[in-house]
Amino acid sequence: MEELLSLFVKAVFVENMALAFFLGMCSFLAVSKKVDTAMGLGFAVVFVLTITTPLNNLIYMYFLKEGALAWVHPSLAPLDLSFLNFLTFIATIAATVQVVEMTLDRFLPGLYAALGVFLPLIAVNCAILGASLFMVERDYDLVQSSVFGFGSGVGFMLAIVALAAIREKMRYSNVPAELRGLGITFIVTGLMSIAFMAFAGIQL
Amino acid sequence: MAKPKEIVLDPLFNNNPIALQVLGICSALAVTTKLETSIVMSLAVTVVMMGSNVTVSLIRKFIPASIRIIVQLTIIASLVIVTDQVLKAYVYDISKQLSVFVGLIITNCIVMGRAEAFAMQNTGRDSMLDGIGNGLGYSVVLLVVGFFRELFGSGKLLGFSVMPEAYQPNGLMVLAPGAFFLIGIFIWVLRWRKPDQITAD
Repeated sequence: MEELLSLFVKAVFVENMALAFFLGMCSFLAVSKKVDTAMGLGFAVVFVLTITTPLNNLIYMYFLKEGALAWVHPSLAPLDLSFLNFLTFIATIAATVQVVEMTLDRFLPGLYAALGVFLPLIAVNCAILGASLFMVERDYDLVQSSVFGFGSGVGFMLAIVALAAIREKMRYSNVPAELRGLGITFIVTGLMSIAFMAFAGIQL
Repeated sequence: MAKPKEIVLDPLFNNNPIALQVLGICSALAVTTKLETSIVMSLAVTVVMMGSNVTVSLIRKFIPASIRIIVQLTIIASLVIVTDQVLKAYVYDISKQLSVFVGLIITNCIVMGRAEAFAMQNTGRDSMLDGIGNGLGYSVVLLVVGFFRELFGSGKLLGFSVMPEAYQPNGLMVLAPGAFFLIGIFIWVLRWRKPDQITAD
Protein backbone atom coordinates (compact mmCIF):
# COMPACT_ATOMS: atom_id res chain seq x y z
CA MET A 1 0.00 0.00 0.00
CA GLU A 2 2.76 2.42 0.97
CA GLU A 3 4.56 1.48 -2.18
CA LEU A 4 1.53 2.43 -4.27
CA LEU A 5 1.16 5.72 -2.46
CA SER A 6 4.76 6.55 -3.17
CA LEU A 7 4.27 5.58 -6.83
CA PHE A 8 1.28 7.93 -6.98
CA VAL A 9 3.14 10.87 -5.44
CA LYS A 10 6.06 10.23 -7.75
CA ALA A 11 3.82 10.20 -10.82
CA VAL A 12 2.09 13.43 -9.80
CA PHE A 13 5.04 15.54 -8.69
CA VAL A 14 8.51 14.18 -9.24
CA GLU A 15 8.00 12.53 -12.62
CA ASN A 16 5.37 14.94 -13.84
CA MET A 17 4.42 14.02 -17.40
CA ALA A 18 4.51 17.54 -18.76
CA LEU A 19 7.25 19.17 -16.71
CA ALA A 20 9.79 16.37 -16.33
CA PHE A 21 9.22 14.28 -19.46
CA PHE A 22 7.86 16.91 -21.85
CA LEU A 23 4.91 14.67 -22.72
CA GLY A 24 1.66 16.17 -23.94
CA MET A 25 3.47 19.43 -24.66
CA CYS A 26 1.44 20.33 -27.76
CA SER A 27 -1.86 20.47 -25.95
CA PHE A 28 -0.10 21.73 -22.82
CA LEU A 29 0.92 24.89 -24.66
CA ALA A 30 -2.07 25.23 -26.96
CA VAL A 31 -4.88 24.76 -24.42
CA SER A 32 -3.40 26.68 -21.49
CA LYS A 33 -4.70 30.14 -22.31
CA LYS A 34 -7.69 29.97 -19.97
CA VAL A 35 -8.17 28.14 -16.68
CA ASP A 36 -11.61 26.79 -17.63
CA THR A 37 -10.51 25.06 -20.79
CA ALA A 38 -7.31 23.86 -19.14
CA MET A 39 -9.42 22.27 -16.43
CA GLY A 40 -11.59 20.55 -19.06
CA LEU A 41 -8.60 19.10 -20.86
CA GLY A 42 -7.07 18.10 -17.52
CA PHE A 43 -10.16 16.11 -16.53
CA ALA A 44 -10.32 14.41 -19.91
CA VAL A 45 -6.66 13.39 -19.63
CA VAL A 46 -7.10 11.98 -16.11
CA PHE A 47 -10.15 10.07 -17.29
CA VAL A 48 -8.57 8.53 -20.38
CA LEU A 49 -5.21 7.79 -18.73
CA THR A 50 -6.88 5.93 -15.86
CA ILE A 51 -8.70 3.69 -18.33
CA THR A 52 -6.10 3.12 -21.04
CA THR A 53 -2.99 2.43 -18.97
CA PRO A 54 -4.40 -0.65 -17.14
CA LEU A 55 -6.16 -1.77 -20.34
CA ASN A 56 -2.92 -1.68 -22.31
CA ASN A 57 -1.26 -3.45 -19.40
CA LEU A 58 -3.72 -6.35 -19.73
CA ILE A 59 -3.26 -6.53 -23.49
CA TYR A 60 0.50 -6.49 -23.10
CA MET A 61 0.52 -9.16 -20.38
CA TYR A 62 -1.84 -11.57 -22.14
CA PHE A 63 -1.13 -11.05 -25.83
CA LEU A 64 2.06 -9.24 -26.71
CA LYS A 65 4.75 -10.07 -24.16
CA GLU A 66 7.20 -12.86 -24.93
CA GLY A 67 5.50 -16.15 -24.00
CA ALA A 68 2.26 -14.36 -23.17
CA LEU A 69 0.20 -16.37 -25.62
CA ALA A 70 0.93 -19.66 -23.81
CA TRP A 71 -2.54 -19.56 -22.24
CA VAL A 72 -4.12 -19.94 -25.70
CA HIS A 73 -2.08 -22.97 -26.71
CA PRO A 74 1.30 -24.20 -25.41
CA SER A 75 2.73 -24.19 -28.94
CA LEU A 76 2.34 -20.42 -29.06
CA ALA A 77 4.62 -19.91 -26.05
CA PRO A 78 7.80 -18.90 -27.96
CA LEU A 79 5.99 -16.08 -29.79
CA ASP A 80 7.18 -12.56 -28.96
CA LEU A 81 4.83 -9.96 -30.38
CA SER A 82 6.19 -7.02 -28.41
CA PHE A 83 7.24 -5.28 -31.63
CA LEU A 84 3.52 -4.70 -32.19
CA ASN A 85 3.36 -2.62 -28.98
CA PHE A 86 3.12 0.79 -30.67
CA LEU A 87 0.44 -0.16 -33.15
CA THR A 88 -1.69 -2.01 -30.59
CA PHE A 89 -1.44 0.68 -27.93
CA ILE A 90 -2.34 3.54 -30.22
CA ALA A 91 -5.27 1.54 -31.61
CA THR A 92 -6.48 0.75 -28.08
CA ILE A 93 -6.22 4.40 -27.10
CA ALA A 94 -8.08 5.61 -30.18
CA ALA A 95 -10.79 3.01 -29.66
CA THR A 96 -11.10 3.76 -25.93
CA VAL A 97 -11.44 7.46 -26.57
CA GLN A 98 -14.19 6.73 -29.08
CA VAL A 99 -16.05 4.44 -26.65
CA VAL A 100 -15.67 6.88 -23.76
CA GLU A 101 -16.98 9.65 -25.96
CA MET A 102 -20.09 7.69 -26.98
CA THR A 103 -20.76 6.49 -23.42
CA LEU A 104 -20.51 9.98 -21.99
CA ASP A 105 -22.71 11.38 -24.72
CA ARG A 106 -25.39 8.79 -23.88
CA PHE A 107 -25.25 8.76 -20.06
CA LEU A 108 -23.56 11.95 -18.87
CA PRO A 109 -24.35 14.63 -21.45
CA GLY A 110 -23.33 17.37 -19.02
CA LEU A 111 -19.78 16.08 -18.69
CA TYR A 112 -19.68 15.35 -22.42
CA ALA A 113 -20.53 18.93 -23.24
CA ALA A 114 -17.95 20.18 -20.74
CA LEU A 115 -15.12 18.08 -22.18
CA GLY A 116 -16.23 19.00 -25.70
CA VAL A 117 -13.54 18.91 -28.34
CA PHE A 118 -10.85 17.77 -25.93
CA LEU A 119 -11.81 14.10 -25.88
CA PRO A 120 -11.08 13.32 -29.55
CA LEU A 121 -7.88 15.41 -29.38
CA ILE A 122 -6.62 13.23 -26.58
CA ALA A 123 -6.11 10.23 -28.85
CA VAL A 124 -2.98 11.91 -30.18
CA ASN A 125 -1.80 13.37 -26.87
CA CYS A 126 1.70 12.01 -26.28
CA ALA A 127 1.11 11.76 -22.54
CA ILE A 128 -1.43 8.97 -23.04
CA LEU A 129 0.76 6.81 -25.26
CA GLY A 130 3.78 7.76 -23.17
CA ALA A 131 2.19 6.38 -20.00
CA SER A 132 1.55 3.04 -21.71
CA LEU A 133 5.11 2.86 -23.01
CA PHE A 134 6.55 3.73 -19.59
CA MET A 135 4.34 1.02 -18.14
CA VAL A 136 6.00 -1.55 -20.39
CA GLU A 137 9.50 -0.22 -19.83
CA ARG A 138 9.16 -0.26 -16.04
CA ASP A 139 7.35 -3.60 -15.81
CA TYR A 140 4.32 -2.40 -13.84
CA ASP A 141 1.62 -4.92 -12.94
CA LEU A 142 -2.10 -4.23 -13.24
CA VAL A 143 -2.55 -2.41 -9.91
CA GLN A 144 0.63 -0.40 -10.30
CA SER A 145 -0.29 0.67 -13.81
CA SER A 146 -3.75 1.82 -12.67
CA VAL A 147 -2.15 3.95 -9.96
CA PHE A 148 0.52 5.21 -12.35
CA GLY A 149 -2.06 6.11 -15.02
CA PHE A 150 -4.23 8.00 -12.56
CA GLY A 151 -1.25 9.75 -10.97
CA SER A 152 0.18 10.87 -14.29
CA GLY A 153 -3.20 12.27 -15.26
CA VAL A 154 -3.52 14.23 -12.03
CA GLY A 155 0.02 15.54 -12.47
CA PHE A 156 -0.73 16.71 -16.00
CA MET A 157 -3.93 18.43 -14.87
CA LEU A 158 -2.14 20.16 -12.01
CA ALA A 159 0.56 21.47 -14.34
CA ILE A 160 -1.75 22.69 -17.09
CA VAL A 161 -4.16 24.43 -14.71
CA ALA A 162 -1.26 26.16 -12.95
CA LEU A 163 0.23 27.29 -16.26
CA ALA A 164 -3.15 28.59 -17.44
CA ALA A 165 -3.55 30.60 -14.25
CA ILE A 166 -0.10 32.13 -14.70
CA ARG A 167 -0.83 32.97 -18.34
CA GLU A 168 -4.10 34.67 -17.39
CA LYS A 169 -2.23 36.90 -14.94
CA MET A 170 0.56 37.49 -17.42
CA ARG A 171 -1.75 39.41 -19.70
CA TYR A 172 -1.16 42.38 -17.40
CA SER A 173 2.61 42.28 -17.67
CA ASN A 174 4.80 43.99 -20.19
CA VAL A 175 6.57 41.17 -22.02
CA PRO A 176 9.10 42.03 -24.76
CA ALA A 177 7.34 41.84 -28.13
CA GLU A 178 9.52 39.05 -29.54
CA LEU A 179 8.97 36.90 -26.49
CA ARG A 180 5.18 37.22 -26.37
CA GLY A 181 3.07 34.10 -26.80
CA LEU A 182 5.11 30.96 -27.22
CA GLY A 183 8.49 32.23 -26.03
CA ILE A 184 7.46 33.45 -22.60
CA THR A 185 5.28 30.38 -22.13
CA PHE A 186 8.34 28.19 -22.54
CA ILE A 187 10.28 30.22 -20.01
CA VAL A 188 7.41 30.10 -17.50
CA THR A 189 7.15 26.35 -18.03
CA GLY A 190 10.87 26.07 -17.33
CA LEU A 191 10.46 27.93 -14.05
CA MET A 192 7.52 25.70 -13.10
CA SER A 193 9.64 22.69 -13.92
CA ILE A 194 12.31 23.94 -11.49
CA ALA A 195 9.62 24.36 -8.84
CA PHE A 196 8.42 20.80 -9.36
CA MET A 197 11.97 19.50 -9.03
CA ALA A 198 11.86 20.58 -5.43
CA PHE A 199 9.64 17.56 -4.81
CA ALA A 200 12.42 15.22 -5.85
CA GLY A 201 13.48 14.53 -2.30
CA ILE A 202 10.07 13.31 -1.12
CA GLN A 203 10.28 9.94 0.59
CA LEU A 204 7.19 8.19 1.87
CA MET B 1 2.48 25.44 -57.18
CA ALA B 2 5.42 26.27 -54.93
CA LYS B 3 8.90 25.51 -56.20
CA PRO B 4 10.61 22.37 -54.86
CA LYS B 5 13.37 24.45 -53.29
CA GLU B 6 10.87 26.55 -51.38
CA ILE B 7 9.01 23.50 -50.10
CA VAL B 8 12.23 22.16 -48.60
CA LEU B 9 13.72 25.40 -47.29
CA ASP B 10 10.61 27.20 -46.07
CA PRO B 11 10.07 25.12 -42.91
CA LEU B 12 13.67 25.75 -41.78
CA PHE B 13 13.22 29.29 -40.48
CA ASN B 14 10.25 30.94 -42.18
CA ASN B 15 7.68 28.40 -41.11
CA ASN B 16 9.45 26.30 -38.52
CA PRO B 17 7.28 23.44 -37.26
CA ILE B 18 8.36 23.84 -33.64
CA ALA B 19 8.86 27.58 -33.26
CA LEU B 20 5.94 28.81 -35.34
CA GLN B 21 3.48 26.00 -35.90
CA VAL B 22 3.85 24.78 -32.25
CA LEU B 23 3.87 21.17 -33.37
CA GLY B 24 5.88 18.21 -32.21
CA ILE B 25 7.45 19.62 -29.09
CA CYS B 26 6.18 16.62 -27.18
CA SER B 27 8.94 14.15 -27.74
CA ALA B 28 11.53 16.62 -28.97
CA LEU B 29 12.91 17.98 -25.73
CA ALA B 30 13.49 14.87 -23.72
CA VAL B 31 16.11 13.46 -26.09
CA THR B 32 18.24 16.58 -26.40
CA THR B 33 20.45 16.14 -23.35
CA LYS B 34 23.19 15.01 -25.73
CA LEU B 35 24.02 15.94 -29.30
CA GLU B 36 24.31 12.30 -30.33
CA THR B 37 20.77 11.33 -29.35
CA SER B 38 19.46 14.54 -30.91
CA ILE B 39 21.04 13.59 -34.25
CA VAL B 40 19.59 10.08 -34.18
CA MET B 41 16.16 11.37 -33.19
CA SER B 42 16.22 14.02 -35.95
CA LEU B 43 17.09 11.37 -38.53
CA ALA B 44 14.35 9.05 -37.27
CA VAL B 45 11.68 11.76 -37.37
CA THR B 46 12.75 12.99 -40.82
CA VAL B 47 12.68 9.48 -42.27
CA VAL B 48 9.29 8.70 -40.74
CA MET B 49 7.83 12.00 -41.91
CA MET B 50 9.15 11.54 -45.44
CA GLY B 51 7.79 8.00 -45.61
CA SER B 52 4.39 8.84 -44.18
CA ASN B 53 3.96 11.89 -46.40
CA VAL B 54 4.78 9.91 -49.55
CA THR B 55 2.55 6.98 -48.58
CA VAL B 56 -0.41 9.13 -47.59
CA SER B 57 -0.03 11.23 -50.71
CA LEU B 58 0.11 8.22 -53.03
CA ILE B 59 -3.07 6.66 -51.66
CA ARG B 60 -4.87 9.92 -50.87
CA LYS B 61 -7.48 9.39 -53.58
CA PHE B 62 -8.48 6.02 -52.11
CA ILE B 63 -8.78 7.06 -48.45
CA PRO B 64 -12.41 7.67 -47.41
CA ALA B 65 -12.58 11.02 -45.62
CA SER B 66 -14.34 9.63 -42.54
CA ILE B 67 -11.57 7.19 -41.59
CA ARG B 68 -8.54 9.13 -42.81
CA ILE B 69 -7.14 9.76 -39.32
CA ILE B 70 -7.05 6.04 -38.53
CA VAL B 71 -5.42 5.30 -41.89
CA GLN B 72 -2.75 7.97 -41.33
CA LEU B 73 -2.14 6.76 -37.79
CA THR B 74 -1.68 3.17 -38.98
CA ILE B 75 0.76 4.19 -41.70
CA ILE B 76 2.78 6.29 -39.25
CA ALA B 77 2.75 3.60 -36.56
CA SER B 78 4.00 0.98 -39.02
CA LEU B 79 6.84 3.24 -40.16
CA VAL B 80 7.79 3.98 -36.55
CA ILE B 81 7.90 0.25 -35.75
CA VAL B 82 10.29 -0.28 -38.67
CA THR B 83 12.45 2.66 -37.54
CA ASP B 84 12.50 1.37 -33.97
CA GLN B 85 13.57 -2.11 -35.09
CA VAL B 86 16.33 -0.67 -37.30
CA LEU B 87 17.62 1.49 -34.42
CA LYS B 88 17.58 -1.51 -32.07
CA ALA B 89 19.52 -3.56 -34.61
CA TYR B 90 22.26 -1.08 -35.49
CA VAL B 91 22.62 1.47 -32.67
CA TYR B 92 21.36 -0.45 -29.66
CA ASP B 93 22.89 1.85 -27.02
CA ILE B 94 21.33 4.97 -28.43
CA SER B 95 18.00 3.25 -28.89
CA LYS B 96 18.11 2.38 -25.16
CA GLN B 97 18.74 6.02 -24.30
CA LEU B 98 15.90 7.20 -26.50
CA SER B 99 13.67 4.70 -24.62
CA VAL B 100 9.99 5.45 -25.11
CA PHE B 101 10.56 8.51 -27.24
CA VAL B 102 11.02 6.62 -30.51
CA GLY B 103 7.55 5.17 -30.00
CA LEU B 104 6.24 8.62 -29.27
CA ILE B 105 7.05 9.74 -32.82
CA ILE B 106 3.63 8.20 -33.60
CA THR B 107 1.86 10.84 -31.60
CA ASN B 108 4.24 13.56 -32.71
CA CYS B 109 1.90 16.19 -34.01
CA ILE B 110 4.24 17.25 -36.84
CA VAL B 111 4.07 13.93 -38.65
CA MET B 112 0.32 13.70 -38.41
CA GLY B 113 -0.12 17.42 -39.04
CA ARG B 114 1.85 17.38 -42.28
CA ALA B 115 0.12 14.22 -43.50
CA GLU B 116 -3.24 15.86 -42.90
CA ALA B 117 -2.41 19.39 -44.02
CA PHE B 118 -0.05 18.79 -46.94
CA ALA B 119 0.10 15.19 -48.17
CA MET B 120 -3.68 14.85 -48.49
CA GLN B 121 -3.72 17.59 -51.17
CA ASN B 122 -0.42 17.32 -52.98
CA THR B 123 1.48 14.99 -55.30
CA GLY B 124 3.89 12.35 -54.06
CA ARG B 125 7.00 14.28 -55.05
CA ASP B 126 5.96 17.52 -53.37
CA SER B 127 4.88 15.61 -50.27
CA MET B 128 8.26 13.92 -50.04
CA LEU B 129 10.00 17.31 -50.24
CA ASP B 130 7.63 18.72 -47.64
CA GLY B 131 8.40 15.79 -45.36
CA ILE B 132 12.14 16.37 -45.76
CA GLY B 133 11.76 20.13 -45.23
CA ASN B 134 9.73 19.84 -42.06
CA GLY B 135 12.02 17.09 -40.83
CA LEU B 136 14.95 19.47 -41.29
CA GLY B 137 13.10 22.31 -39.58
CA TYR B 138 12.48 20.03 -36.62
CA SER B 139 16.10 18.87 -36.71
CA VAL B 140 17.44 22.45 -36.60
CA VAL B 141 15.73 23.11 -33.28
CA LEU B 142 16.68 19.71 -31.89
CA LEU B 143 20.33 20.07 -32.89
CA VAL B 144 20.64 23.63 -31.56
CA VAL B 145 19.11 22.62 -28.24
CA GLY B 146 21.15 19.39 -28.08
CA PHE B 147 24.36 21.28 -28.93
CA PHE B 148 23.98 23.84 -26.15
CA ARG B 149 22.70 21.39 -23.57
CA GLU B 150 25.63 19.04 -24.02
CA LEU B 151 28.16 21.86 -24.33
CA PHE B 152 27.10 23.71 -21.19
CA GLY B 153 25.60 20.79 -19.31
CA SER B 154 28.58 18.46 -19.43
CA GLY B 155 31.27 20.44 -21.24
CA LYS B 156 31.38 17.93 -24.08
CA LEU B 157 30.35 17.56 -27.70
CA LEU B 158 29.51 14.11 -29.05
CA GLY B 159 31.26 12.67 -26.01
CA PHE B 160 34.55 14.58 -26.46
CA SER B 161 35.54 17.20 -23.91
CA VAL B 162 35.76 20.58 -25.62
CA MET B 163 35.53 23.02 -22.72
CA PRO B 164 38.71 24.00 -20.83
CA GLU B 165 39.58 22.06 -17.66
CA ALA B 166 38.44 24.86 -15.38
CA TYR B 167 34.89 24.82 -16.78
CA GLN B 168 32.31 23.88 -14.18
CA PRO B 169 29.44 21.99 -15.92
CA ASN B 170 26.05 23.62 -15.47
CA GLY B 171 23.81 20.85 -14.21
CA LEU B 172 20.62 22.79 -14.89
CA MET B 173 21.15 22.40 -18.62
CA VAL B 174 20.82 18.63 -18.66
CA LEU B 175 17.70 18.77 -16.51
CA ALA B 176 14.23 19.50 -17.90
CA PRO B 177 14.13 23.27 -17.20
CA GLY B 178 17.25 23.86 -19.30
CA ALA B 179 15.45 22.58 -22.38
CA PHE B 180 12.46 24.85 -21.79
CA PHE B 181 14.68 27.91 -21.39
CA LEU B 182 16.71 27.11 -24.50
CA ILE B 183 13.62 26.67 -26.69
CA GLY B 184 12.23 29.92 -25.29
CA ILE B 185 15.47 31.70 -26.17
CA PHE B 186 15.57 30.05 -29.62
CA ILE B 187 12.09 31.41 -30.37
CA TRP B 188 13.11 34.79 -29.02
CA VAL B 189 16.14 35.03 -31.31
CA LEU B 190 14.17 33.74 -34.30
CA ARG B 191 11.42 36.34 -33.83
CA TRP B 192 13.91 39.09 -33.24
CA ARG B 193 15.48 38.28 -36.64
CA LYS B 194 12.10 37.84 -38.31
CA PRO B 195 9.69 40.32 -36.68
CA ASP B 196 6.75 39.21 -38.88
CA GLN B 197 6.45 36.07 -36.74
CA ILE B 198 5.64 38.03 -33.59
CA THR B 199 2.22 37.10 -32.20
CA ALA B 200 -0.09 39.50 -30.42
CA ASP B 201 -0.88 37.52 -27.30
